[in-house]
Amino acid sequence: MLSAGLFMIGVIGVLVRRNIIIIFMSIELILNAVNINLVAIAHQMDDLSGQVFAVFIIAVAAAEAAVGLGILLAFYRNKETVNIDEMTIMRW
Amino acid sequence: MLEAVVFYVLGGMILGLGVLVITAKSAVHSVLFLVLNFLFVAALYVTLNAEFLAVIQIMVYAGGIVVLYLFVVMLVNLKRAHEQHADPRRLGVIGMLLAGVVLIEVVAISVSTASRDAAPVVASAVREFPERLNDPLLNTERLGWVLYTDYLIPFELASMLLLVAMIGAIVLARRDA
Repeated sequence: MLSAGLFMIGVIGVLVRRNIIIIFMSIELILNAVNINLVAIAHQMDDLSGQVFAVFIIAVAAAEAAVGLGILLAFYRNKETVNIDEMTIMRW
Repeated sequence: MLEAVVFYVLGGMILGLGVLVITAKSAVHSVLFLVLNFLFVAALYVTLNAEFLAVIQIMVYAGGIVVLYLFVVMLVNLKRAHEQHADPRRLGVIGMLLAGVVLIEVVAISVSTASRDAAPVVASAVREFPERLNDPLLNTERLGWVLYTDYLIPFELASMLLLVAMIGAIVLARRDA
């Protein structure tokens, strides 16, 4: 329940906000929700695989944040905006 | 009973802070709510017998990722951030208070640790370690054991991913790229 709630908040954040930094933060919320779920189930089943997977998710989240924010900085330097409605450079 | 109460309090705080993260007007406030959210998630991990993950959560998320976000927010909102510090004196007083508290804390810690002898603690830890490695109840040892035996290849792949991401982030954020 808690994990699903946090997940929903993250999804709503991705869909509703137009500031790309806040969208990245919502993605972190989603990953955290998944981690809570994994750890809770690992606790329930008395199995460590869930926790190992949560460690990997944290590593991937760190990589994702670093690359995402790097792209964001490069984009901001060129376009001077963080509003995703104006990020149409890849539109066909 | 107590466990349930702790869980519901932590869960409520996590959900409330999550809502605050996505509804906050200013991105800086959003990041600060995110820090609190991660800290409460770490507390939840402690209640779920995942102490190692709780520590990792605090170090990687609350320490690393959030600092990254704060840097980007400050780089991006450079023009607006100037106006909010119109009254530097009030912030100066708060800063001096905080610095005083930290100073008192550091002095207290150094006094209390200097009066204690560290050698017996280290010796007992060294002596106990071989037995503790086989103790099935200690979360960190068990996790390390599983991570370096059953999940060795995913572990190495994750380290490669982090290396590639680090190089990629440096290349992307370089000024003359």
